[in-house]
Amino acid sequence: MDLRLTAEELTFRDELRSWLGANVPKDWDQWREKPMEESFAYLRAWQQKLHEGRWAAVSWPKEYGGRSATLMQQAIFWEEMARVDAPPMANSLGLGLIGPTIIACGTEGQKKRYIPKILSAEEIWCQGFSEPNAGSDLAGLQTEARSDGDHYVVNGQKVWTSYGWVGDWCELVVRTDASAAKHKGLTVLLVDMKSPGVEVRPLRQMTGESEFNELFFRDVRVPVANVLGEVNDGWNVAISTLMYERGSYGARLHLIFKRYITRLIELAWTTRRNGRPVAEDPIIRQKLAQCSAEIEIMRFNQMRAFSRITATGVPGPEGSIQKIFWSELNQRLQQVAQELLGSYGQLLGGDPHAIDKGIWSYGYLRTRGNTIEAGTSEVQRNIIGHFVLGLPRSY
Amino acid sequence: MQFGLNESQEFLKDSARKFFAGECPSAEMRRLMETDTGYDAALWSKLTDQGYTGIIFPEAVGGVGLGKVELMLLMEEAGRALLPGPFFSTVVLTGSVLESVARSESKKKYLEPICKGESRATVAILESSANWNPDSIELTAVSGKLTGEKLFVADAAIADFIVVLARNGVFVVDSKARGLEISPMFSMDLARKLYAVEFSNTPAEKIGDAAGLARAFDVATAALAAELVGGMQRTLEITVEYAKTRKQFGKPIGMFQAVQHQCADMYLETESSRSAVYYAGWALEENAPDAATAVSIAKMYASDAGRTVGNRGIQIHGGMGFTWENDIHLYYRRAKASETAFGDATFHRERIASMVVGSGGVTAKSA
Repeated sequence: MDLRLTAEELTFRDELRSWLGANVPKDWDQWREKPMEESFAYLRAWQQKLHEGRWAAVSWPKEYGGRSATLMQQAIFWEEMARVDAPPMANSLGLGLIGPTIIACGTEGQKKRYIPKILSAEEIWCQGFSEPNAGSDLAGLQTEARSDGDHYVVNGQKVWTSYGWVGDWCELVVRTDASAAKHKGLTVLLVDMKSPGVEVRPLRQMTGESEFNELFFRDVRVPVANVLGEVNDGWNVAISTLMYERGSYGARLHLIFKRYITRLIELAWTTRRNGRPVAEDPIIRQKLAQCSAEIEIMRFNQMRAFSRITATGVPGPEGSIQKIFWSELNQRLQQVAQELLGSYGQLLGGDPHAIDKGIWSYGYLRTRGNTIEAGTSEVQRNIIGHFVLGLPRSY
Repeated sequence: MQFGLNESQEFLKDSARKFFAGECPSAEMRRLMETDTGYDAALWSKLTDQGYTGIIFPEAVGGVGLGKVELMLLMEEAGRALLPGPFFSTVVLTGSVLESVARSESKKKYLEPICKGESRATVAILESSANWNPDSIELTAVSGKLTGEKLFVADAAIADFIVVLARNGVFVVDSKARGLEISPMFSMDLARKLYAVEFSNTPAEKIGDAAGLARAFDVATAALAAELVGGMQRTLEITVEYAKTRKQFGKPIGMFQAVQHQCADMYLETESSRSAVYYAGWALEENAPDAATAVSIAKMYASDAGRTVGNRGIQIHGGMGFTWENDIHLYYRRAKASETAFGDATFHRERIASMVVGSGGVTAKSA
């Protein structure tokens, strides 16, 4: 056990630090609050800049434009990005999830065709996984693809699609064999979102924003060459994408949460109640300490999991404790913020009395989604129960 | 950066597990638990032969010179076996206090026999206030004599000497000294005995000042958290095994999500405690600036998790979990004792708050 950075990790960090020092945009604050429709060109330009510095996809193999970064280096990357408060990248699903899946399961032709434009943010990717009747039970999805010569004809509906409104391509899971067992008849298609018959509608969520879309497919023709992996092996392809999702999600959160707690501690000193700063209220102190401690434990868990993954090569089911841990912690953190701010906690961004432009009322609502998106806490507990502890499958 | 065990650490953990499984299986643990002191001379000499009694102390005093991470691993395995007797009191607690407080001649006199397995010892800390903050200590030595009472002193009846924390320094009292009365306190953890220790004009030898105590307390606190992790691990193993084999409604109960999800939470709580404990061990070993915070994080989390894992484990066992014959309540008892020892979660949250939130209008940042 040695938690110091190795010489290689230090070199990586220092190179990144100096690159970010010279290149990170200084005007992100003016864009941060705007709807993504307005800031998207800005985020695309930022990703292009990262790509020029070969920093857009550090985890990818060198031959595909990455740096073959180790997991620790990836963690360093996200920490450094959070440290300088860098904007997110435009093509975050393409870089984080879909690109790695294409690299792992795609043909040489597919890799040549799609990978460079994922990196450069010329083509934005979205994921067509969940359906109105297939959420946690993803394998029960009904969107069908009928074979028609050298094409598939796709009909169905997808929901909770991030970046659907701006997506050029979609990693779409469809049913190609209705007679097979539900996990066995699925196939992953790479679908051009400009194909005739694709319709994208905004889905308004409880925060009032529309981060997600609904996708409708009506007789959409997709060339057979766009099958990713093998026909009827789509479940394994999709699972490998989800494993990347759960594995890499948490890496950037430590500093973001730390920034929240640091701000809450400042607010605890400036907010007075009963004639003293809230920071002197023993109950609030207990809760702030609990959150601070759990933020550190989240990081310790992560570093341990990374060390284990480094030894075995692929992200494993241990990722599930990370997902439960960060999502539930984020909810607790937001609840502490509400208790600390009292009546002010409920004020929305537009209100002149709102604290921090309403980020705390927003966070309180938004974090309800954390224990649902990317696999509900219940699904994560099923994964731990069955795959980690070896208990019989419960569903 | 590598947050996993290296080869020699894996070896130590593995051999400790095998050692405790062989020398202190459940039946032996229960036998010792029923004795007055929980001490067994033969087991102690085997612990000594393994080098465990000198694990973290320098070779100059007869120790093995391993690090704090290794101590965490050993304590984790001792906790998994619910090792009865004065190992924690003697080696971890007294040893650490002597190492960081005693002058070199006292170290030779008291620490060396501990490392060599020749002495059992303990540290008398709490008084009637039962406050784990050493500033609350009132007992004061007057002309080399102590008069007063210490409570919750682990393993005092088997100790050859007792290290006593007083307002004006750290003292050693020999077990045969006059004016020393040791009486058992009947408490929940049957495998770690507690005593009230009364001094009446008892001669005491001063071995140092309280300056180094914080460090020694941090080592002991982290080690106790590590022991809790071992108890959680065993509780999890027993419970998962039961959930796989116990059938109701024609199915293993582990198939029901109400049961399975509790097992998943036990796993999350155990692993998270373990991560925090390993980090604390590393931070102590490296004298990292956040070592004290890391210790409080580990003890805070493991104190709560130890109890919660036990709650879940007993519940999943149903009626079997409520029987004397099932070992799970023995771990549950230890978890409660260890939860309060060296400060419970509330105590450590306030300690974390004093470091990260600050106090009296001075934030940690500006301090």
